[in-house]
Amino acid sequence: MQVTRLPFSDRLMHVVIYFLLLLLAISTLYPFWNSLVISFNKGLDTSMGGVTFWPRSFTVENYQIVFKDQRLLNGFAISILRTILGTVLSILATSVFAYGLSKRELIGRQYYMIICIITMYFSGGLIPAFLLIRGLGLVNSFWVYIIPSLIGVWNMIIFKTFFQELPKGLEESANIDGCGNWGIFLRIILPLSGPVVATLSLFTAIAHWNDWFLPSIYITNENLLPIQTMLRQILNSNIATEQMANMDAAAQSQMAKMQSVTGKSLSMATMMVATLPIVLVYPFVQKYFVKGVLVGSLKE
Amino acid sequence: MSLVLRLLRQWDIQLMVIPGLILILIFSYIPMYGVLMAFQNYSLYKGFFHSPWVGFKHFEMFFHSPEFFQVIRNTLVISLLKLCIGFPAPIILALMLNEVKNMLFKRIVQTVTYLPHFMSWVIVGGIMMSLLSTDNGSVNLLLTRLNLIEDPIHFLSLPEWFWGILVSTNVWKEIGFGSIVYLAAIAGIDPSLYEAASMDGASKFKQIYLITLPAIMPVIIIFMILAIGNLLNAGFEDILLLAGNPVLRGVSDVIDTYVYRVGIQNSRYSYATAVGLFKAILSIGLLTAANYLAKRSGNSLW
Repeated sequence: MQVTRLPFSDRLMHVVIYFLLLLLAISTLYPFWNSLVISFNKGLDTSMGGVTFWPRSFTVENYQIVFKDQRLLNGFAISILRTILGTVLSILATSVFAYGLSKRELIGRQYYMIICIITMYFSGGLIPAFLLIRGLGLVNSFWVYIIPSLIGVWNMIIFKTFFQELPKGLEESANIDGCGNWGIFLRIILPLSGPVVATLSLFTAIAHWNDWFLPSIYITNENLLPIQTMLRQILNSNIATEQMANMDAAAQSQMAKMQSVTGKSLSMATMMVATLPIVLVYPFVQKYFVKGVLVGSLKE
Repeated sequence: MSLVLRLLRQWDIQLMVIPGLILILIFSYIPMYGVLMAFQNYSLYKGFFHSPWVGFKHFEMFFHSPEFFQVIRNTLVISLLKLCIGFPAPIILALMLNEVKNMLFKRIVQTVTYLPHFMSWVIVGGIMMSLLSTDNGSVNLLLTRLNLIEDPIHFLSLPEWFWGILVSTNVWKEIGFGSIVYLAAIAGIDPSLYEAASMDGASKFKQIYLITLPAIMPVIIIFMILAIGNLLNAGFEDILLLAGNPVLRGVSDVIDTYVYRVGIQNSRYSYATAVGLFKAILSIGLLTAANYLAKRSGNSLW
């Protein structure tokens, strides 16, 4: 049996490519792994240096403190609430909006579309938006997370394109059965839009979960800060001494028992908990986001 | 039939779009109109309608400010570095992944490299701070082990390291995700082209150069044009998080972070709006120019 052998240069190239890709994968994973290891290592021990691939003196103290700190727990709760509520409401509002705009008989359709598309190219910028939110009284309100981002023009265009490609017969037969436009949308169109809804929800949810900037300028009330913004404050105060100083009594008494915890080990543990939801859903949604990227770039 | 009557007839679908339009008018168009405060001496107490008009005063102040040169230079340098390194990186990754015949290995590399895209900049910034720190930073550890340095380097407090760190962190975060589009484009290439080429004795490298690259060129050009249109968006979250140390301001301050610092933190609203408007106008110019180039190459954006 004859095996067709690749020329030497091709085999060499394959070896180089596999090596480089392996290197890339390792250098992508290592920073996460190292952070995870530090979060499971005793803080004092970490500060002596040399902790890399494996915890040197294993502990769960860091996590115990994170889960005892009421402020951090509250931050997680705000993040979860904001992500769920923000995603559901935004996807609903945007899809209804897009369905209306997908109707050819809609009077003023072209003008409405122009109004939407202009916002993709021009924006007032940070300061006028900031003053508007202040003027509307949304500062220090939970609704600042939800209302301004209710309608996503980009998502609207993707929804609209999808709705327009659905067979017209569906709507016509429902119309004959006496179903109104809202009924058609809620009972027929939306259930048929599973993949698009899933993809856009995924990206919306991730944006909500990861956002730290908006609360950092609009929210001063600590009870409303999401975990990402808290994390930023902790990391910013370099060593998280401030976090320790502001801890409530329960966490502090826990802390007193665990002399070996440092700011760094604590912030690593907090970071790992904040990353966890994304890492957990990531394997299940991978096929959706690949689709989403392609839908998005097709429209470009 | 009068317009009013026709509108009333389709009240249900009008009701689907009007609330959305109102939200857009409030949250996008009011700020657009608010940009005019760049020509005012805006004061919170007098409000938009009673603040005095001052013409181009704030623009002139910006052009003559000591930060002007520095901010523009940083914006352009950081942006161009990101373009020169961050733009080709995902293309090269896609080309390399395409050569991998072991599907399991390919999937693993893809899954791993997409992951950082979904992390917030806070997390990525925190991870980088930890990696580059002097007490247990793996980078310093590695460099010391290899005897390349004597003492740990304070990477995040030395201006000469900042651009490199910023750009590599961005590449690290986005290389995998950016490659998705190019992989899809490569998947659409007719395999018989490769068969014919290898019959003719073309090496793998030649095939990439003569078949794959030309085939995905339209996609590359479109993304290149988008990148040129975004040239003044040098970065924002990444810079705010990686340049936490004020020592770095000389190399880290770009237009967007400058607007944020001056406007939000120092409450110089009109001045910051003027700086932002200056950038927006240049950006529109860039986008128009990029689209002109695109039209000439036959890939218009609009």
